[in-house]
Amino acid sequence: MSNDIKIKNGLTINIKGAAENIIKKAAFPKSISLNPSDFHLIKPKMVVKVGNHVKAGDVVFYSKDNEEIKFCSPISGIVKDILRGAKRKIIEIVIDSDKTQKSKEFEISNLENLNGNDLKKLLLGSGCWPFIKQRPYDIIANPLDSPKSIFISTLNTAPISADFQIILDDQKNEFITGVQVLKKLTDGDLNICIEKDSKTFINEINDVVIHDVSGPHPAGNVGIQIHHVDPINSGEKVWTINPEDVAIIGRFFLTGVYNPLRTIAISGPPVKHPQYYKTIIGSKLSKIINDAGVKTGEQLRFINGDILTGSTVDKDNYLGFYNNTFSILREGNHYRMFGWIPFINNKVPSIYKTSFSWIFPDKKYDLDTNINGEERAFVVTGEMEKVFPMDIFPMQLLKECMVGNIEKMENLGIYEVAPEDFSLIDYSSSSKIEAQHIIRKGLDLMISEVG
Amino acid sequence: MNIRNTIDNLKKPFNKGEKWEKFAPAFNAFDTFLFVPNHTTKHGAHIRDAVDLKRTMITVIIALLPALFYGIYNTGFQYYSQLGIDYNSMDLMIHGSMKILPMIAVSYIVGLTVEFAFAVFRGHEINEGYLVTGLLIPMIMPVDIPLWMVGLSVAFAVFIGKEAFGGTGMNILNPALTARAFAFFAYPTYMSGNKVWVSEASNIDGVSGETILGMLASGNSALPYEPLQMFIGSIPGSIAETSTLMVLVGAFILIFTGVGSWRIMVGSVIGAAATGLMFNLWGANELMNFSWINHLMVGGFAFGVVFMATDPVSAAQTVKGKWIYGLLVGLFCILIRVFNPAYPEGVMLAILLMNVFAPTIDHYVIQVNINRRLKRSLKTVKAA
Repeated sequence: MSNDIKIKNGLTINIKGAAENIIKKAAFPKSISLNPSDFHLIKPKMVVKVGNHVKAGDVVFYSKDNEEIKFCSPISGIVKDILRGAKRKIIEIVIDSDKTQKSKEFEISNLENLNGNDLKKLLLGSGCWPFIKQRPYDIIANPLDSPKSIFISTLNTAPISADFQIILDDQKNEFITGVQVLKKLTDGDLNICIEKDSKTFINEINDVVIHDVSGPHPAGNVGIQIHHVDPINSGEKVWTINPEDVAIIGRFFLTGVYNPLRTIAISGPPVKHPQYYKTIIGSKLSKIINDAGVKTGEQLRFINGDILTGSTVDKDNYLGFYNNTFSILREGNHYRMFGWIPFINNKVPSIYKTSFSWIFPDKKYDLDTNINGEERAFVVTGEMEKVFPMDIFPMQLLKECMVGNIEKMENLGIYEVAPEDFSLIDYSSSSKIEAQHIIRKGLDLMISEVG
Repeated sequence: MNIRNTIDNLKKPFNKGEKWEKFAPAFNAFDTFLFVPNHTTKHGAHIRDAVDLKRTMITVIIALLPALFYGIYNTGFQYYSQLGIDYNSMDLMIHGSMKILPMIAVSYIVGLTVEFAFAVFRGHEINEGYLVTGLLIPMIMPVDIPLWMVGLSVAFAVFIGKEAFGGTGMNILNPALTARAFAFFAYPTYMSGNKVWVSEASNIDGVSGETILGMLASGNSALPYEPLQMFIGSIPGSIAETSTLMVLVGAFILIFTGVGSWRIMVGSVIGAAATGLMFNLWGANELMNFSWINHLMVGGFAFGVVFMATDPVSAAQTVKGKWIYGLLVGLFCILIRVFNPAYPEGVMLAILLMNVFAPTIDHYVIQVNINRRLKRSLKTVKAA
């Protein structure tokens, strides 16, 4: 069974440095890190202390608000450091590998005999639970909820982001097992969105609903797909999970150990050999970046995630928990004389035809992080709708989020959106509105006021 | 980059904690005019589109230039041709420039002074919107209006029309039309009648210049102008509104670059054409008998619809709202022309009226969306 989702409004941004179809195995990391800021609104309660020995799958910390949600070590080794910031907030937990990779083992009986609750317990205990996220709010799912449906988007339309088909290619069994597990967590449909006309093994999975998605970014965003298939109403929950995380769950049920392998696309214009690396969640990245090679002599920005939604990190930092893309951009801290005059500086593309970039729709650009202007009041209307394929008024919703009018936010569809859906508005706004930031604050307000 | 270093040095006293910190917005306005700043993204998307408000506004100014140049030419043309003395095109441009450039200068000086003062006072950056407003205001005034009236209208428009509501992006009325409406009601003898549309008409006996709509309103149907003249624009009228052709060039620039809303423009033309056609069939007075095509070409209709009604801040903001807003601007423009002899030209009042109603239109368009969402959620509650 398959359905079509056609997205019209959106934007394909062509950037140089997309990862080539090569998967390299990265050396086993000397150390890894867990970064609580990857888990939005989770307040960590530490279980281990510096110097403790942990196996892969041992609990490192759990959520103060829900003790069942546990975060486990991806490798075996010694807790080297627990970095704290202001107000003793935990910033980073670093674990040095002992190179043995011993894992905590779980007893798993035949999958067919396990019901939803048994599966939830296993997922929670093994550290696999944080991969499951919920809409509304785009946070880790609450195990007590029963979602009306689950969505997996296996296409990635963000510029120079990882291609999930390449990543899933050698994890077919794991992915299928993971899908079977997730299917039991909902009474509704398990929806898998694939790129239209792609010949993937996912087409052959039974008991799931397949959606053929076509169109420009943000067609690959799972929130956009949910909106077109089964929109979220007040009080409803939908769970979402990234494709490779489905495979991690599948691997856990096949082997009984938590082994969070991550295939990461290193991409971006300054990368010499943009390609994929197979490593472990939380790995230290400097070796991989050096292997891919970056142009020297320039100030660079390293991003955990894609260039529209990722978070900035240092080169010495570690791979994030969720992202399959690691992007590198040149910093754009330079001036451009009279750069605001139309048809000047055509090396920066534009949704307006005020730059000659429209003549070459397929040209790939070497964009940097310059804002190309300054933040201003909302002036131009209609530009947000062009890149926002939902039956929602984006500008009106943003304005209500800014003033924190909960009733209006609810009416205008706050439950259906996630910050990533506003990333193209960030990109294309002529007033340089920080839309993702505003929406995240709006969602957080909803969580604290409505729950 | 030497200029850059010079600016950075000059900027030092304006930095945080220095003595002229308060005046930083004023300095930044000049700085960012010369250079797109070196700011990099901090939150959200790491890359950004080339477009910013400066670029959008400059595009509108470029779109205005053909109409402005023709306005300068036509000012000279009306003057010399009525006087009956020999002239060459150089004379026309010189006469027009002498009249119009001082008005533009006054408009920018007064308006930008108020804008800068508010930016410093409120501590925000200077918005670029006034670059367009400041050019629009002289373009829609009669050519002989005294400069002090231009200055006063500008000050009124920026103070009351814009800053009183909270500045750029918050105003309800289009600031340029606010300026014109202010002058229109405060100094009616300088803004309407048959002596103000041609340069020096009130001082020299030989020159008179009634607008076509003025003639029609006074019951005179023997027009001395051909439709082609109305289209090209060699007729009396406010400075830059007369040439439908040049306005169309501007409209093309706005629509092609995506800066102006084609929905509002097309909606207005449809609204005005339909209303005009309806009155043609009725035909009770001269203005009703005036062909609907000519209605679209005379007066400020084309200019108002392309450059004023499309002001994104004061127009409707939703896609459907823009259509409704446009249609109603066209409808009211012709209605006012036909039914109100005191105001032969209705486009200014039609747009201002619809500016006031634009939030209401948007409210109902959005309400449809909200109701659809509520209905959907009730359905699932029932099913459950």
